[in-house]
Amino acid sequence: MSGIATFLTRRRGGASWHFTDVLAWIWLVAGLLLMFGPVVWLGLSSFKTRAALSEFPPTLLPYETAMVHVEGFDEPLPLYRVMMEDGEERLLVQVRRIGTVAQMADPEAPEEIIRVPLAARQPVREIKLATENYSTPFKRYNFLRYFYNSVFVTVVATIITLIFNSMAAFALSKYEFKGRTAVLAIILATLMVPLSVIIIPLFSVINGLNLFNSLWGVILPTVATPTGVFLLRQYMLTIPDELLEAARMDHASEWKIYWRIVLPLAMPAVAVLAIFSVMWRWNDFLWPLIVLSDQELYTLQVGLNSFQGELNVQWHYVLAMTVVSMLPVVVIFAFLQRFITSGIASTGIK
Amino acid sequence: MTVETRQGIAGGGHFASLLLAPLRWAMNLIDRPMSFVQRRFGLGGVAATFLAPNMLVFGIFVLFPMTLNVAYSFTGGGALFLNNRVFVGTLQYETLLACRDFLDAASCREDRFWRAVGNTGFFVVVQVTALVLVSLATALVLNREMRARGFWRAVFFFPVLLSPVVVALIWKWILQRNGLLNAALLELGFEPVLWLVNRGWAMFWAIFLSIWAHLGFYTLILLAGLQAIPRDLYEAAEMDGAPRWRVLTRITLPLLWPNMVVVILLALIRAVQVFDEVFVLTGGGPGTATLFLVQYIYETGLAQQVRNLGLASAASILMAVVLIVLTLIQLLASAWRERKEQR
Amino acid sequence: MSHLELKNVSKSFGPVGVLHHVDIEVKDREFVVFVGPSGCGKSTLLRIIAGLEKATSGDVVLDGEVVNHLAAADRGLAMVFQSYALYPHMSVRQNLSFGLENTKTPRDKIEARVAEIARMLRIEELLERKPRQLSGGQRQRVAIGRAMVRRPGVFLLDEPLSNLDAELRVTMRAELAALHKRLDATMIYVTHDQTEAMTLADRIVVLRDGRVEQIGTPLELYNRPANRFVAGFIGAPHMNFLEGRFAGGEAGAARIELDGGHMLSLRIPVRPEGEPITIGVRPHHIETQGGQARIPATVTLVEALGPETVIHAEAEGQPRIVAALAGQRAITSGDTVSLALDERFLHAFDADGRRVTEGEVAEEM
Repeated sequence: MSGIATFLTRRRGGASWHFTDVLAWIWLVAGLLLMFGPVVWLGLSSFKTRAALSEFPPTLLPYETAMVHVEGFDEPLPLYRVMMEDGEERLLVQVRRIGTVAQMADPEAPEEIIRVPLAARQPVREIKLATENYSTPFKRYNFLRYFYNSVFVTVVATIITLIFNSMAAFALSKYEFKGRTAVLAIILATLMVPLSVIIIPLFSVINGLNLFNSLWGVILPTVATPTGVFLLRQYMLTIPDELLEAARMDHASEWKIYWRIVLPLAMPAVAVLAIFSVMWRWNDFLWPLIVLSDQELYTLQVGLNSFQGELNVQWHYVLAMTVVSMLPVVVIFAFLQRFITSGIASTGIK
Repeated sequence: MTVETRQGIAGGGHFASLLLAPLRWAMNLIDRPMSFVQRRFGLGGVAATFLAPNMLVFGIFVLFPMTLNVAYSFTGGGALFLNNRVFVGTLQYETLLACRDFLDAASCREDRFWRAVGNTGFFVVVQVTALVLVSLATALVLNREMRARGFWRAVFFFPVLLSPVVVALIWKWILQRNGLLNAALLELGFEPVLWLVNRGWAMFWAIFLSIWAHLGFYTLILLAGLQAIPRDLYEAAEMDGAPRWRVLTRITLPLLWPNMVVVILLALIRAVQVFDEVFVLTGGGPGTATLFLVQYIYETGLAQQVRNLGLASAASILMAVVLIVLTLIQLLASAWRERKEQR
Repeated sequence: MSHLELKNVSKSFGPVGVLHHVDIEVKDREFVVFVGPSGCGKSTLLRIIAGLEKATSGDVVLDGEVVNHLAAADRGLAMVFQSYALYPHMSVRQNLSFGLENTKTPRDKIEARVAEIARMLRIEELLERKPRQLSGGQRQRVAIGRAMVRRPGVFLLDEPLSNLDAELRVTMRAELAALHKRLDATMIYVTHDQTEAMTLADRIVVLRDGRVEQIGTPLELYNRPANRFVAGFIGAPHMNFLEGRFAGGEAGAARIELDGGHMLSLRIPVRPEGEPITIGVRPHHIETQGGQARIPATVTLVEALGPETVIHAEAEGQPRIVAALAGQRAITSGDTVSLALDERFLHAFDADGRRVTEGEVAEEM
């Protein structure tokens, strides 16, 4: 431990400590607790049984009172560590509880009932992962369906976004034509009008197109992202025009120039947009909430919200499904962290 | 990025080329009609064809609704489609703005609107101020010479990627009556608090939550700005014997200012639209304590038994005006920053 | 057959005229170099020929056919770009075969052609590499190979050697010359480097500010520059220009008084006394020993190159004279020398910079 501590606190250049160093470290450690803590807590909690979740104060790890099968009893009985009157400590199972007295028995000799005051016994606890929190919602509730819907929306919307946006960006970066500035201005203008402002008329458009309560109604309004067009256009502007000219001399058609030359070369930007698009669509909430009314069509986010909004919240399921719905994003982040952060830092989009 | 470094990603493996085979086939198929367009209409026609799909979607799902929104705001009644709706002139706006005392929401005809406006205004001011300060502090800390900077950056950044529903549920679980926070309070000898039932605390947690979820994004932008400040400036200041706080106030912050402006405006634009996390966390409650504009629009127009599309449209037009002004300023500021960087 | 003609070609970007009434004829299998300082319009001219740019007026005629409205791909030309413009995401082989694929050439034919080109350019072992894994010279070869692969009638080369280091440039220059002989193709080559122009060209087109200054073989340009600009541009080190005036003389032998008082006698028509004239003399035509007109001068800089010694000197009224003296000389900076101009090789230009024709300057050699 001390080795780690010195590793972490050792400063480059070996300069002496300044009070701002201390402040910075306090900030970082507090940040670690505050940012990571809740997620870790969610993860730990998601493996607790319903009974363990309702305990207060809560335990850190998913403990469970050990249960023992005892001859002569159909149900397994909870195991307790009991401090006997003579000071001896024994492991007993509880047969039943009457008032402040528990009737207990030795699991080896269950015929003899021992009466013990409640205060003298401590449950024997063992770590147990309640994996049924994860499996049951998929089996008993619609979560498999939600999961599938989310995947469908995310994948299809991202593919269409990439194709449409890159085509438009190509036209806007590599061709001189009348009205180019106007088109750019229109796209720029729509940056100012986020979805939250046009939900009412968009809702009626979706209804008019018969897309209400359909996954396509969730997908289509999101695919023509102005940010995507701008991101790709900015990148394509840096591809030298000479390459296109060389391709034209090589008898390549314009379409071929787009997908054999420009698109492969714009891959870094396309990849950034793909990552963003996946995250946007996976996390979308307001619009799917509006468009989807049929339970069968809910995405994970909407399904999760409706599940947690029920009168009797089944937290053990909610927590597990929360973990499931954040897992893809966490995995993406783990592998593409550098990509995402540098993408955001250079483009300022999210 | 130079042309050379680009192709690192472009050159896939054999597996990728197998996946790409159907794509290649499809692209070759499109080549025929596209070549026809090229021959028949020239490069202008090609450009138009490339733009068409995106602009079509754009027109149907963004531009058209934008104009439709204005039309809706001048109509009334319960019908969904515009042709069945009654023209009511500025009635919806009058309804929204009908107040005896603009400082007292209870005196307004549409009091929920004014409560939403008030809440949103309060939220915007407090959240943006706190968010920017926290992000700045974090960026300054992360900009120090340190080990494992990537890890620390990730610590502050990762909530940005979480969905609002996940963020809300993570904190709801901590804040609930038997939650971790109350357990900690109890441990320290305090009384547990019903965090989301108390009006003041509900607003506090709404603000806290949105800062928690988004601070990584702004930190990243500011960090990029900090790292763009040339190292030799700091070295020059060190040679001049400038103390640290003077380096901060005279070199770092002035040079970071263009980025700060962009960050502040982006944060403002997003704060005005606050909805998802808070909606899942509190549902706007208790009462109307955390009812914000977007939720008001959503509930008034779409989620109530009797939809009032006209009123909701009018409200969203008012909100759009604020956003457009903010975005225009932001675009100008971005252009200003770019010009400054080029110099 | 690849015969190219530019007829009265003009080009302007908005109000800015880049090319003014350019007339050039390029014969079959000729190696023509467009040379001129940067911004003279030579690259634009090449791009107009290629079809990448449209002329504002005038015609591009290929083998007797006006091709103004033909797209770049359909003109049967190939171009080597200054930046090479190799497709960075494709291997050398893919770079070479891309053009043939686009014209639906059969697979086996493409492979044969690529192999042939690779052998010819000695890039066989590079075929699977990506452009970024190649050296400058190798990229250059691939770029030329890509142009050759479709067997075009005319090659257009836009400053193809400018991104190479000096040594490699000389080697590639020789290779290009050899390639031209071997391919028997028409080549149009753009450069700002007069040495490249002199060594490669059958004929040189000197351009300045969008106008053709002179067209001719390298030696024509060297020996009989049509104006002061061409005279100064062609030849290294640059020609010296000495300012002076007419000072009488008899028919066919004008007397010139240079600023500083030195007298020269030149076989050009006599003009009124006092009329200004510029005398051009190449550094190689100045000696410090012998000769008629002797100009005392102070040496300011000596460049001992080995086979020759280049001195920079100042004379009264003539701020800077460069002389290239054969062999190695015992001259140091600060010495006073007396410069003798070889009157057989003097050029005269009038106040407008035009050559004062005499027809009497001897051919060198």
